Amino acid sequence: MWLTQSSIGRKVIMSVTGIALILFLTFHGCMNLVALFSRDAYNTICEMLGANWYAVAATVGLGALVVLHFVYAFILTLQNRRARGASRYAVTDRPGKVEWASQNMFVLGVIVVLGLLLHLWDFWYNMMFQELIGATGQAHHLAADGYHWIEQTFANPCKTAVYVVWFAAIWFHLTHGFWSALQTLGLNGKIWFNRWKVIGNVYVTLLMLMFVVVAIYFAACGGACCTGCC
Amino acid sequence: MAKNISFTIKYWKQNGPKDKGHFEQREMKNIPDDTSFLEMLDILNEELINDGKEPFVFDHDCREGICGMCSLYINGTPHGKTATGATTCQLYMRRFNDGDVITVEPWRSAAFPVIKDCMVDRSAFDKIQAAGGYVTVRTGQPQDANAILIPKQDADEAMDCATCIGCGACVAACKNGSAMLYVSSKVSQFALLPQGRPEAAKRAKAMVAKMDELGFGNCTNTRACEAVCPKNESIANIARLNREFIKAKLAD
Repeated sequence: MWLTQSSIGRKVIMSVTGIALILFLTFHGCMNLVALFSRDAYNTICEMLGANWYAVAATVGLGALVVLHFVYAFILTLQNRRARGASRYAVTDRPGKVEWASQNMFVLGVIVVLGLLLHLWDFWYNMMFQELIGATGQAHHLAADGYHWIEQTFANPCKTAVYVVWFAAIWFHLTHGFWSALQTLGLNGKIWFNRWKVIGNVYVTLLMLMFVVVAIYFAACGGACCTGCC
Repeated sequence: MAKNISFTIKYWKQNGPKDKGHFEQREMKNIPDDTSFLEMLDILNEELINDGKEPFVFDHDCREGICGMCSLYINGTPHGKTATGATTCQLYMRRFNDGDVITVEPWRSAAFPVIKDCMVDRSAFDKIQAAGGYVTVRTGQPQDANAILIPKQDADEAMDCATCIGCGACVAACKNGSAMLYVSSKVSQFALLPQGRPEAAKRAKAMVAKMDELGFGNCTNTRACEAVCPKNESIANIARLNREFIKAKLAD
């Protein structure tokens, strides 16, 4: 199977799973923005994405994408270290056109995964997981109250800071990942290189700002501003 | 106006691929700054021989920037830093200053084992080329030169790809030890021309398979290769190779 047996095939797996995850983040970011305007609307979305079969299936699919992306990142990194060899240069000079993010994708990826675990603990565990295990009482009641969990999470300034650092790591990861994914699929060239870079930078900056805005907003006023106006 | 400079040179000594290797250093005095880097190394070797020491081994051949034999990693950059990209033999001492410490290392990559000091075995590139980097020509009546019309732009681009001299600077600079810039340039020089199209799919598959087999790494698009290539090959070639390879595999 060329996808797993060839270097370009393995990169195609990284590229396709990466693009799918960017699309998921776009959906997630748009969904989050609703929390800025209405508690009820946001919780309606949360209820729709509860333990319904389609939401659980999508979550499993999403998990598979993350696992594939991470496992292949690990395999590629190991192979690349072996190809680099045991001896290291005494002096290295990074050329100007080599982005820092491009050389640190694996490290950034590890930070992204660690942040993801915290995020799953803060939200998924209290929401979909509680519904799946058939929790009763208060836990059941809060399982579909996503708004409550946003308030709860960002009421803690340390956690907000951790989330913002996490968003920054994702931003760095995606500034390289966006055009790199298209390059791997062969959808690039001398002219499109600069275009994809600009499109990618604008897209991922707007994308990550959607997440940052929600975190800062709830950290600043704990959702009180929203309750006041709605 | 030419002037003389004095500096310290740290050069890599290694007896074969299994040896651990180490740096040795020497003070170089009053070297004219219009001396080429390789001429400076010739002076170093004369001094070493006069002192009864073993000379420093490095690869070189045409010294005109076209053969791709010279291969030194100088102060953290393959072929040393030049304004527009050049091979080590086209690097001149005027790029350095009085009192500098110049560190010279071999290409460090598992696929390029050290033969001695800074001379590395790059026959892996020949093997990749032999796997498919050619156009099969049946002998017979010579074709008319204009029998197949080729747009000037395509011919120029194919020529740009063909200027890759296979020096290996791309592999040396890549943190993944990937040979994608080399392989993609060699695939592109044929893929862009009508004469190369009949075997394009077979060529892309065979050359990538050989590259993987020889232990080169996976490209992560850092662009370090493009930044140091003495022939200014573009990573657009890598996108083209990806396209050719994926298309060929999907058509199987």
